[in-house]
Amino acid sequence: MTRIPGVHPPAQPSASARQGAGLLVYLLAGLYFGMVLVKSEAASWYRIQEMFRFESFHMFGLIGSAVVTGMLSTALLRRFGHTRSGDRVRVTPKDRGWVRYVVGGLTFGLGWGLAGVCPGPIFVLIGAGVGPMLVTLLFALLGTYLYGALQKRLPH
Amino acid sequence: MTEMLDLLRSPWPWWVGGPLIGLTVPLLLWLGNRSFGISSNLRHLCAAALPETAKPPFFRYDWRAESWNLAFALGLVLAGAVFGGLLADPQPAHLSAAGAQSVRELGVAVRPGLVPAELTDLSRPGVWALLALSGLLVGFGTRYGGGCTSGHAITGLSTLQVPSLIATVAFFAGGIFSANFLLPLLLSALGIGGLK
Repeated sequence: MTRIPGVHPPAQPSASARQGAGLLVYLLAGLYFGMVLVKSEAASWYRIQEMFRFESFHMFGLIGSAVVTGMLSTALLRRFGHTRSGDRVRVTPKDRGWVRYVVGGLTFGLGWGLAGVCPGPIFVLIGAGVGPMLVTLLFALLGTYLYGALQKRLPH
Repeated sequence: MTEMLDLLRSPWPWWVGGPLIGLTVPLLLWLGNRSFGISSNLRHLCAAALPETAKPPFFRYDWRAESWNLAFALGLVLAGAVFGGLLADPQPAHLSAAGAQSVRELGVAVRPGLVPAELTDLSRPGVWALLALSGLLVGFGTRYGGGCTSGHAITGLSTLQVPSLIATVAFFAGGIFSANFLLPLLLSALGIGGLK
């Protein structure tokens, strides 16, 4: 590289600094999503109860419009766009089968209806200072571990 | 100034929040072909915390390669602190009349905040039991079913995946049963709820 007097070549950032900057955008994406969870009241135990009792349109409108928007915007991105670094957009297909989706889904739903939290709101509520949600997080980690330990013996 | 603060604190209607939730799917694909799904972080946290010798094969993978998702979860915690803490809505959730009535019938008062005080009072053993059972089922079920509301209902349905439709129907069925039958039973059996 030819050195021009008075012009300094850009300093090469270290690998960890680059990784840190790479992670920052995902932290911001999480901040964005968490903000929407709070502002749309999806992180509210009251709203989840109301939804599971079919007593308001709010959560159904929220999830329905999220799916429609996600469907259209993802289709547009796949058809006309690419990733930030110029790669083709790839969507990972979920594994085939149905047993795990029925049994696992039912189990998750039973837990969701009790404390009114799915995994996103667990993290949001801990940040909001709802300390007891740490109990829920700890047991969610235990449940995840139990699945990992029993995985081979469960029907999928 | 006060009006500005009120605006920042008040909740959004579903037709504002819903589309913004949906846009998270293409946002993460655009950022780096990442598949939006939060419950995977529970697996990554287990993989990071467990000692190598005690790990079931399910947790033996390079969790550091999934750091982006842990950073996303950290963002959720920060969002909770800012929007659920600093800028918390001083009003209770704007429930329908029927919704508010049902909550009261459970013995839970409708007050400001995201989670009722009755369900976070750790001086009552019943609250520990409820929060622990809920967490256990959520952790086990999301990994068995391969995802939660974000991974299946939002990402999976948005990308037209049949397994996600099955999972979404199943977890709504579970939630409907749980909220309508299991929760009232548990609350009275565990002696939680103030008004009855």
